[in-house]
Amino acid sequence: MEIASGLLHGFAVALQPGNVFWCFVGCLLGTIVGILPGLGPAATIALLLPLTFKMDPAGGIIMLAGIYYGAKYGGSTTSILLNIPGESSSVVTCLDGYQMARKGRAGAALGIAAIASFVAGTVGVIGLTLVAPPVAAFALSFSSPEYFALMCLGLALVVLLSGTSLLKGLLSLLLGLWLTSIGTDLFTAQSRFIFGQATLLGGIDFMVVAIGVFAIGEVMSSVEAGEEAKVLPVPRGFRNLLPNAEELKACRFAFLNGSITGFLVGCLPGGGATISSFIAYGIEKAVSKHPEQFGKGAPEGVAAPEGANNADTGGALVPLLTLGIPSGGSTAIMLSALVLWGVKPGPLMMQESPDVFWGLVASMYIGNVVLLILNLPLVPLFAQILRLPVYVLFPVIFGISIVGAYGASGRIFDLGLLVGFGLLGYAMSKLKYPSAPLILGFVLGDAMERALRQSLMMSQGDLMTLVQRPISAIMLSLALVILLIPLFGWFNRLRVRAITENG
Amino acid sequence: MLRAFLKKGDVISGAVLAALGVFIITQALAWDYYTLDGPGPGFFPFWYGVAMVVLSLLLVLNAARTDSDGDKAGVDWPATGRAMTVWLAFALSVGLMDFLGFLISFALLAFFLVAVIFRRPFTTAAVVAVMSALAFHLIFPVALSVSLPTGPFGF
Repeated sequence: MEIASGLLHGFAVALQPGNVFWCFVGCLLGTIVGILPGLGPAATIALLLPLTFKMDPAGGIIMLAGIYYGAKYGGSTTSILLNIPGESSSVVTCLDGYQMARKGRAGAALGIAAIASFVAGTVGVIGLTLVAPPVAAFALSFSSPEYFALMCLGLALVVLLSGTSLLKGLLSLLLGLWLTSIGTDLFTAQSRFIFGQATLLGGIDFMVVAIGVFAIGEVMSSVEAGEEAKVLPVPRGFRNLLPNAEELKACRFAFLNGSITGFLVGCLPGGGATISSFIAYGIEKAVSKHPEQFGKGAPEGVAAPEGANNADTGGALVPLLTLGIPSGGSTAIMLSALVLWGVKPGPLMMQESPDVFWGLVASMYIGNVVLLILNLPLVPLFAQILRLPVYVLFPVIFGISIVGAYGASGRIFDLGLLVGFGLLGYAMSKLKYPSAPLILGFVLGDAMERALRQSLMMSQGDLMTLVQRPISAIMLSLALVILLIPLFGWFNRLRVRAITENG
Repeated sequence: MLRAFLKKGDVISGAVLAALGVFIITQALAWDYYTLDGPGPGFFPFWYGVAMVVLSLLLVLNAARTDSDGDKAGVDWPATGRAMTVWLAFALSVGLMDFLGFLISFALLAFFLVAVIFRRPFTTAAVVAVMSALAFHLIFPVALSVSLPTGPFGF
């Protein structure tokens, strides 16, 4: 009953003309970003964040979320037509999507991707609607030790799943923790790591780090790759975009598989759309009566991963909105956006900011319909974006990066930091250091230190407080197990294979 | 080739991170580790500094121990050089922004990217540079009142 009234309230917020507009803008931008290889949703959300400062929080988060899930819809277009994933979550779609396109079934592949995205995306939002309230109610009993343990668990999962080297994931996380320590200590007003620069007393702006590591780093890596691919033609006419009855029948289980797998994996911090799409593809292939067709243009090979990477969105918002724990780069930026607007994600968000919480949830139902429309009849139009020359696109990305970093503080000093973080992002990508743990360490570092110090204050310095409380003991044990199991060769081989097969 | 590069990169990046870890520990030791109220400002940095030193040394040891299977060390230097040139151009344009303002510095950056990095004709580069700089100026400072660095000409 509480859920139903909350959702109704959410629709009242989301259906306000202004919010419908922002939802549409977010979905449109997300689709464009998803189609463009070399510019990811995390970078785009970071770039556009400064423009949302003056917006109403509900409208702002509705637009940012639209970019987040819209990019997953758009990513499949590039995978199918170019054999280059528009987003990392669409890597698996290349396997069968491009093969279908080569056989002249590009329209059907795009149609299956859009339908799977719509079905699973909607199932993911239903999951979010039903699961978030009980999770938030459960988290109300959390105190500082539980929050510290929860953040340890979340970060451990992110490290486990973000790259092939656990060591590099952990080092990336520690770098994020250090960067967030720069500035003034909130408990004692002691300045830390400011290198004599008064401008660093307030700390490093999150946007500068996010734009530098994601946007500038990505552009530099794309310039380095420097290859231009040939786009396969998209058949004209709505009918040519619809899969035939045989293809739809083959995809029945894949829609369900993608929806459930995507949502469940999405709920795990660090799970992410890339991992969920891989798992859904693996399940689909394992249960298929003709696994030999996979990789040669099987429609289920498109439906399962595309469904999973969209259902993942609803799952990823569960820990973000109910616990304040982001599961990846994009949700970390959304968390900082909410904090900037004065909204505190966590167990009380539903009571304290019902407009933002339920408005966002309801807008995602609307957004999925908007995206289905954008990605079915309008897909030939969007495919034209792939013909946009990179020599026009890259200067624009640099320009938006400068506006984003400078707009937040108005300091040239921050642009200098942006240059530095751009180089860091590029170096990390070259040396295979995952960037998600750095961003999450940066976002959660302050809260993690605060929770640890408060726990120790409460217990008068007794570290045992962290393991004497059952929930925190369980979460810390899980975090420890997660970081120790890769020491077992067979598990690590499985983990590395899962990550590398995702690109 | 990639493995050998990563191995070398792991040693260098591991050494850099170990040095950073040592720096963090020495700084943290200069602050209160524990006060009457509880953990001080040096408490948390000390422990992640220690973790950073240990993990980065493990990375270096791992890299040193792994056999590169006779792969020849090598990096695609022309490609890396192209990426670094882009970065240097970006850094230079940011450096110039304090003196020339956003509009001119950005137009110069865009011109360089199109003409030198993407090897397009000068006229194309000039058109892209001027149009994109003007578009940014009209959208952000003029339409959205977002402030951008200004130069001697007021833009």
